[in-house]
Amino acid sequence: MCTYLTEKIQITGSGKGSAGWFALSDATVYFDHPQHAQAEHTLNIDFLNPGQGPSARVAVELTAESARALARAIEATLEATPASLI
Amino acid sequence: MKDALMAGTISITGHGGDEIEAYLARPVDPGSPFGSVVVIHHMPGYDAETQEIARRFAANGYAALMPNLYYREAPGASPDDAAAAVRALGGVPDERLVGDVAGAAAHLRALDGANGKVGVIGYCSGGRQSFLAACSLQLEAAVDCYGAFIISPPPEGMPLKVQPIIGLAKDLSCPLLGLFGADDKNPAPAETQELAKELSALGKTHEFHTYDGAGHAFFAVNRPSYRVEAANDGWQRIWEFFGRYLAS
Repeated sequence: MCTYLTEKIQITGSGKGSAGWFALSDATVYFDHPQHAQAEHTLNIDFLNPGQGPSARVAVELTAESARALARAIEATLEATPASLI
Repeated sequence: MKDALMAGTISITGHGGDEIEAYLARPVDPGSPFGSVVVIHHMPGYDAETQEIARRFAANGYAALMPNLYYREAPGASPDDAAAAVRALGGVPDERLVGDVAGAAAHLRALDGANGKVGVIGYCSGGRQSFLAACSLQLEAAVDCYGAFIISPPPEGMPLKVQPIIGLAKDLSCPLLGLFGADDKNPAPAETQELAKELSALGKTHEFHTYDGAGHAFFAVNRPSYRVEAANDGWQRIWEFFGRYLAS
């Protein structure tokens, strides 16, 4: 099915897209049909800068298991980082 | 060479007089007047696989025209980037869709060699939009390939800004072919049965097929949802249906 479920957040950072690095302002997270991954549904993340147009996008499509592993790895990395650096 | 075809990107006048991109595939010299089909792309956008579908219609003797429904938000963007942008905005407004299909149908009717008969076919979100177009415009045939949210609204919390359109069924202007997967959740078989019941009650000509072992997007050859048996039979139904209502 098309789930259309979407989480939208504002972010600060940079991403590397087809035209090189650009500043990121938004991210959307949704579980839906992938464009490329060979799975019926995937956890999809778009890192975006809508102010620079639709092509300012870095996209990933992950299996649910991979997405959870990524989320754990991000949290673990931040936990292990000295607070003085964050 | 009766099977020669030509295909490429053109500009057409869509809803509100907007110039939008569209992909035209048509027979070059079929030897007799040909019918036409407006192809409505799926939610992932105006992509290479749907352009291939348009060429398939041309190879079978029809002129096919696929408007880029996401052109306004993302001119020149790749289909997946455009789809992501429109998805985040909640999809294509119904009124605009109808205007774009109307523009495509007018373009097709004006082609040299056209017999004046125009059908519509759509996949995924385009399935609902095909039904919407057929209830809003005078067309000769319509095909709904697993279109959701005709009967039921999207679940709460979804950004998709569409509403059920079963109330438009009384205005359906042409025969409707529905091709669905028994394992699909949107539309679920219970919903397509309800649609069939409503069309029967209204005396509207329709023909629905629901394939066991198939879910959503079983025509999509580049996705794991592809189901060869359902797709092969579905294509056969499409040729019979359009042959009956669109061919000269």
